[in-house]
Amino acid sequence: METAIEARELRKSYPPAVTALDGVSLAVEAGTIFGLLGPNGAGKSTTVRVLSTLSRPDSGSARVAGIDVLASPVRVRHAIGVVGQKHGSDPEATGRENLVLQGEFYGITGRGLRRRVAESLERFGLGDAADRKVKTYSGGMQRRLDIAMGLLHRPRVLFLDEPTTGLDPEARADMWREIERLAAEELMTILITTHYMDEADRLASRLAIIDRGRVVVEGTPDQLKSDLNGDAIQIELADRDDAGAREALARVEEIAEVKLDGRTVRARAQDGAAAIPAVLGAFEVHGVKATSVTLARPSLDDVYLRYAGRAFSQAHTDPEEVAV
Amino acid sequence: MTPLRQSWQVAMRNIRVFMRNPAYLGMTLTQPIIWLLLFGALFKAVVRIPGFHGGSYIDFLTPGIIVMLAVSSAGWTGMGFIEDIHGGVMDRQLVSPVWRGALNAGTVAYAALMIVIQTVLIVLLALALGANYTGGIGGVLVLILVAALLGATFASLSNGVAVLARQREALIGAVTLVLLPLTFLSTALMQESLVPGWIRTVAKFNPVNWAVEAGRSAAMQRIDWGLVGSRIGFLAALTLVSAMFATRAFAKYQRSL
Repeated sequence: METAIEARELRKSYPPAVTALDGVSLAVEAGTIFGLLGPNGAGKSTTVRVLSTLSRPDSGSARVAGIDVLASPVRVRHAIGVVGQKHGSDPEATGRENLVLQGEFYGITGRGLRRRVAESLERFGLGDAADRKVKTYSGGMQRRLDIAMGLLHRPRVLFLDEPTTGLDPEARADMWREIERLAAEELMTILITTHYMDEADRLASRLAIIDRGRVVVEGTPDQLKSDLNGDAIQIELADRDDAGAREALARVEEIAEVKLDGRTVRARAQDGAAAIPAVLGAFEVHGVKATSVTLARPSLDDVYLRYAGRAFSQAHTDPEEVAV
Repeated sequence: MTPLRQSWQVAMRNIRVFMRNPAYLGMTLTQPIIWLLLFGALFKAVVRIPGFHGGSYIDFLTPGIIVMLAVSSAGWTGMGFIEDIHGGVMDRQLVSPVWRGALNAGTVAYAALMIVIQTVLIVLLALALGANYTGGIGGVLVLILVAALLGATFASLSNGVAVLARQREALIGAVTLVLLPLTFLSTALMQESLVPGWIRTVAKFNPVNWAVEAGRSAAMQRIDWGLVGSRIGFLAALTLVSAMFATRAFAKYQRSL
């Protein structure tokens, strides 16, 4: 199969002390949706900025749509669409004016441009709002306009940088349907970054988890989940009692991969339902009190925990992370 | 063709915003009107200083105020880029194949257009206050031209500073830092023969002074074609150089992303 996006050993640091990309390599097959998953500051957006020619890496190489990103950025720009995290539209202009200006930037002009803009407005449900200023649009409408602008010149590769952040659930579901349609019907290659596990799980045919500027694991969502051993058990302790809990859990044969994280214990078991009584029994013996026990089939959250060594929700709020 | 077309489209983006709210023009004119009235009243007696030749002070002052207006009005041009950077518009434009020069040229053209309109209004106001345009319509057109060229230079500089600094405060600082010294180190408010020698020397290299001299000579005095021609040439060259600086600033901005 043809490779639409290929990155090799991308490195980039921001002086004095931030390493945003620490050797990112990835390959995306043409016509598929690839998810780049990770917490804020992991390097997702920097990766997109480099692949979309906005920024240059310190070292490494990349090809997008078969074109060398560093050698021929202008040709790459014609071949790609980019929808950034922020709204890229001019709030003081109307939706139609935004789209027309966007088309002009790609060298599309005249009647062809006007027709394409009108079609695009209809397709994204902005026909009625076409001649209203964008600052009067709802968040979902602005996002649809962003996508319409990113697609106006019919790119072969689309970059979506956290496209659903800040959207309400309904607008989010709409966005998911649209993204799926683009890949299925228009055979577009889509690279989507997200910090929502469910989003990556639903949309991406392959995904990479990125943490601290490195790809820590890559595969299909199912592969990644089946790499994990059995069910996930999560126990909340009444006290921060690491030593006692650790000792207790060491005696339970049924469980593996025990991770203690403050008052939270995470572990894996082939048969979770059978392991829980054994765990609680061992806690009883060692005088460790648990306030809750939950059992779950493996999720991408667990995949993240396993490969990034931290719970996703914590990495996400880690104050040391630098939002890039 | 494409670069011109794209520059025009960028200018139109700004012009449309202005057309929807033309009252904005009135706001930008309050400052030069106050300067004209205040300086006009404050320095009225200047004409009685021995060695000050010819005309009323309003004749002398009007080109100076117009040039000040051009610098201050153009100085804020970069604010649009700072808004664009914070709103994500800039990055969207920069991942498109648009010619970078068009992003600058379009906003500079808009700034120059605003300065032309403002200059015409100040020229008319000064006329009502008794200014005497010896140079006639042709002279006034030269005054408008030099104001637009000077404004275009400062609009590009403002854009470049905005893209490099990306902060409103930095741009406000730069404009306030530059405006008064450049004005006072010129003959905008005082006749050349009456300013200290060192200011006269500095003024020779001050683009604000080039515009003042050329505009005043053309509109208010007997036109000195040598002076006017050379000053227009200097200003045109500076307009180009500053536009190149602003266009290159985008590459520098992208390297920092």
